[in-house]
Amino acid sequence: MDFLDVLIIIVKVVVAFVFLLINTLLLIWAERKVVAWMQNRVGPTRAGPAGVLQGLADGIKLFFKEHITPRNVEFNVYILAPVLSLLPALLIFTVIPMGPSFAIGERTVSFQVTDLNVGLLFIIAMSSTAVYAVVLAGWSSGSKYPLLGGVRATAQAISYEAAMGLALVPAIVYAGTLSLSELVAHQSGRFAGLLPNWHIIVLAPSFILFFIAAVAETNRAPFDLVEAESELVGGFHTEYSGIRFALFFLAEYINIFSMSALAVTVFLGGFNGPALFEVGTFPASLVGVVWFLVKTYAVVFLFFWIRATLPRLRYDQLMELGWKRLIPATLAWLGVFSIVLGFVRFGAPWA
Amino acid sequence: MTELILFVLFGVGALAGAIMMVASRNPVYSALGLIGTMFSIAVLYVVNGAHFVAAVQIVVYAGAVMTLFLFVIMLIGVDQPEDTTEQLPIQRPAALALGAILLIGFVVVIAAGTLAGSDDGTVVGTVEAIADELFTNWLLPFEVTTLLLVIASVGAIVLAQFKLRDRK
Repeated sequence: MDFLDVLIIIVKVVVAFVFLLINTLLLIWAERKVVAWMQNRVGPTRAGPAGVLQGLADGIKLFFKEHITPRNVEFNVYILAPVLSLLPALLIFTVIPMGPSFAIGERTVSFQVTDLNVGLLFIIAMSSTAVYAVVLAGWSSGSKYPLLGGVRATAQAISYEAAMGLALVPAIVYAGTLSLSELVAHQSGRFAGLLPNWHIIVLAPSFILFFIAAVAETNRAPFDLVEAESELVGGFHTEYSGIRFALFFLAEYINIFSMSALAVTVFLGGFNGPALFEVGTFPASLVGVVWFLVKTYAVVFLFFWIRATLPRLRYDQLMELGWKRLIPATLAWLGVFSIVLGFVRFGAPWA
Repeated sequence: MTELILFVLFGVGALAGAIMMVASRNPVYSALGLIGTMFSIAVLYVVNGAHFVAAVQIVVYAGAVMTLFLFVIMLIGVDQPEDTTEQLPIQRPAALALGAILLIGFVVVIAAGTLAGSDDGTVVGTVEAIADELFTNWLLPFEVTTLLLVIASVGAIVLAQFKLRDRK
């Protein structure tokens, strides 16, 4: 570990951070445009060409707004909560491989901030800490609606976290690794000589179950009871304004992007695709990044599509779907898949 | 050197969290202190190369403390500090006695010198290495622990069933 290695790590972290920020501005604009299109409206048009700078304009506005601190808040926790919501969102992205590694001189540089051996577990751990921010924000605001939002968030997170983790297990069993870069490597090549060798072909039920749980985990419609406008004003962030509110907003969109990126990495082949250039060179890596981004934005589009299409669930329906449908379904699928895989890999036990 | 710096930083963090947990009047702050300690300990595991244990530590305890939060908010109430009258007069001497036993245990173990960590922080903490150990050398203790957890979860379900029947 010399100076150059440290420099590479710093560059990676900064690039990932800046990418996530710019990406969020674009995602907010894209969501408004997509939802407007689906509802026969035009969406934002004023700031920049086709309104593309709308996110930036909103961000600047929030940045310069007055911080309003209600009298009943528990101040330390109230300040801590927005920061806590952003941290796990940023950390999740650090283990996701964005493109194939390339060589600079003798060094191999990967398009991934760090490749953990326990990458998937790390992601599950971080997404379970993300809900703390919501609960703490709700509790520290010292007001009814945020508190109800916070309590709902706890129950929802505990229920759907289990389903999300269980939905990922078949992929781990199939690939035999928790490292995300190895999961991507396991999906290279062809399936039956024709299709790309993505996990979704073998593990389609897992992908669907994971996607449902991921929508619930990011508190997006139709599972956005945490901030249900018609019942709870704004939910857990009712009492927040200015840049503190902006941090919650930022974290939500980074989470959507990270969850989509995770879905792509685990089920949709990650950055695998036609390389076009010699493998291991910088242009080939960039092409890989493009494949990764195309797939990820396609999954993000699904998030927006669902939001524009489905009405919000009732609270008891949410709990019933989580505990009585999703978790038994993931467990049953895991059992079936493991038994079939055992037969395929090791043969029948009586043979 | 890096290991020492991280150890000092997060060791202090773990202690501060523990003190905060015991000392704060508001139960929510106690829970927060507990999370702080858990996270600091997870970082110490990472420093020693045990990534798997660190990740599991956060997954398990983050969920557990989350439930604790829910209990605090639902049972004690949002803005009332905890009732400080002692319900169990015996618990203070009992806690002191148990603490003393724990302290003696620590002293004995440290004096015997069997508490040495890895010298260079190169424990192989990968999932594969841990699975190898668990399913070969430590299979019986592992399975017995599993049984214990199954008993606990079955017990919880049975208790819930009793309550449902009583209501009907």
